[in-house]
Amino acid sequence: MNIYETLRIGLRGIGANRLRSGLTVLGILIGVAAVIILVAVGNGTTQSVTSNLESLGTNTLTVRHGTFGQPGAETRTQFKDLTVADAKALMDADVAPDVKSASPVVTSQSTCSYEGTTHATSITGTWPSYFEASNSKVSTGNYFINDDVISARRNIVIGQTVVDELFGVVDPVGKQIYCDGTPFTVVGVLESKGSSGFSDADDTAIAPLTTVQNHLTGYRSLDSVLVQSSSSEVMDSAQSEVYSILDDRHSITDTTARDYQVLNQATLLSAVEETTSLLTILLGSVAAISLLVGGIGITNIMLVTVTERTREIGIRKAIGASKGAILGQFLVEATVLSVIGGAAGVLLALIVTRFSVMGITPIVMPASVAAAFGVSVAIGLFFGSYPANRAASLRPIEALRHE
Amino acid sequence: MTPVISLQQITKVYGAGETEVQALRGIDLTVNRGDYLAIMGASGSGKSTLMNIIGALDIASSGHYELDGINIDSLDESALSIVRNRKIGFIFQSFNLIPRTTALANVELPLLYRGVGRRERTTRATAALGAVGLADRTHHEPNELSGGQQQRVAVARALVAEPSLLLADEPTGNLDSRSTSDVLDLMDQMHAQGRTIVMITHEDSVAARADRIITLIDGLISSDHRTTR
Repeated sequence: MNIYETLRIGLRGIGANRLRSGLTVLGILIGVAAVIILVAVGNGTTQSVTSNLESLGTNTLTVRHGTFGQPGAETRTQFKDLTVADAKALMDADVAPDVKSASPVVTSQSTCSYEGTTHATSITGTWPSYFEASNSKVSTGNYFINDDVISARRNIVIGQTVVDELFGVVDPVGKQIYCDGTPFTVVGVLESKGSSGFSDADDTAIAPLTTVQNHLTGYRSLDSVLVQSSSSEVMDSAQSEVYSILDDRHSITDTTARDYQVLNQATLLSAVEETTSLLTILLGSVAAISLLVGGIGITNIMLVTVTERTREIGIRKAIGASKGAILGQFLVEATVLSVIGGAAGVLLALIVTRFSVMGITPIVMPASVAAAFGVSVAIGLFFGSYPANRAASLRPIEALRHE
Repeated sequence: MTPVISLQQITKVYGAGETEVQALRGIDLTVNRGDYLAIMGASGSGKSTLMNIIGALDIASSGHYELDGINIDSLDESALSIVRNRKIGFIFQSFNLIPRTTALANVELPLLYRGVGRRERTTRATAALGAVGLADRTHHEPNELSGGQQQRVAVARALVAEPSLLLADEPTGNLDSRSTSDVLDLMDQMHAQGRTIVMITHEDSVAARADRIITLIDGLISSDHRTTR
């Protein structure tokens, strides 16, 4: 009795009751497809969030002005502004060798208009180094330059959303727009970064720091300083250099009561990645449970089959089928059912994951395909072995007497 | 010459204590090669129990049983399945063909479990079906065959593996008179070819075909005589 013959007998058993076999296969199919699809969706979410964050620059630190509810900060008497001098101090190559650039940032919520069309956006006043640090590239036109900052020229670089809202199909470069009454000349358009769901990275405009201060915000404290480290490896030392320079300049002795805060993009990124991978695990476990339920379906169907075919088992035993032959027959039936279900599930998942779900492009992980298929085969063997063993252990005279 | 069946003081007890039932109380029986034996008895006389023990489907509580020189008493389940496969061909009252499986595949089954190759299986099974007059029914499934035809398929299945013993349990119990004589003629034919047959029946006319009849009463052999045919 070889494997091929066992397989043939098992397949005949499956073919004998097509509807029931089909439903059992469906259980496994749904389980396998769910595992692959949900893991792919989770994975796609992680990738999309991560790439959105990475588009903001991975080796940057944001120094924000304020206390942010730190304990002890309320009792402070001295509360210094974040200034352009602070930003300049951060670029001291001797004290802060790991800082590549530091760009002071002020932001203004302004309403801009072009030939009667208006659009409210956020204007960032900063230095040209901000473009590189924040990974903002100009796709048409030019960046503004240091000279523009020194002379407080009213040049502006606008994001794609602002272009769409104000200009439509007109080429905006060289045109004049009015923001809160101040005329600006559009010198460039930023490359699209896409939206990350909750915020639109393209709904922005960047102008020289001095211009924005002169016309829009006034000379108050900077909102933040965007610090770029020389590489992502030296983020931590750049961060401690920033702390030591600013603590000194702001005369801070209690490090729990600073009047500024440093946000590390890399830390944020890893926190987000942790969250989204948790999401993937959660989705995967829900799917794994449905695969388990499919496996129990196999046990159920096989038990019914064994009971229904007790007499057949008795006949086979009477004419000399060994325990192993009966065991093999029912194991093959269970395993073939789960293999068919697994293969169909993989196929379905590969088709479904070609479409985006809620703006997220699922990314199929080869490991999840292999694992889901492998588990489905193992489920056939595992959940089929109990009914198969029961069939094989039947005593021939009792099985033959069964009606 | 070794007898095909040698039973010595076979007993079979079911249950224990108050519910204990003595189905067989000490059977001595020898069946020689080429014998055609009919076992008769009322229901409850122990003939089915005896048939199960002779067929290696069940083990005696005590006593000694040799089938074709093989000591059956001490065999385990897997060894018994090999003995059934090689030494015994079963014919049942209710035919017991595997449903939704062609006549040819049914007849091939004993050879399949013995490990005979596919081509040889088909050749031998086709020949066996031809021998019972069903050469034109090889690809019919049991539910497409009449009772008599099904029983003839069962006879072919019992014969295909060339067993030492053909064991028939009320082979004509579910058949009309015409099919009954067909099947009995077939068995006469097998007997004429020198096969050893043990048949259980409660009909005198069927038993009359055999050349030796034993009658069981309450788990004991009450008569054992040769017919004059």
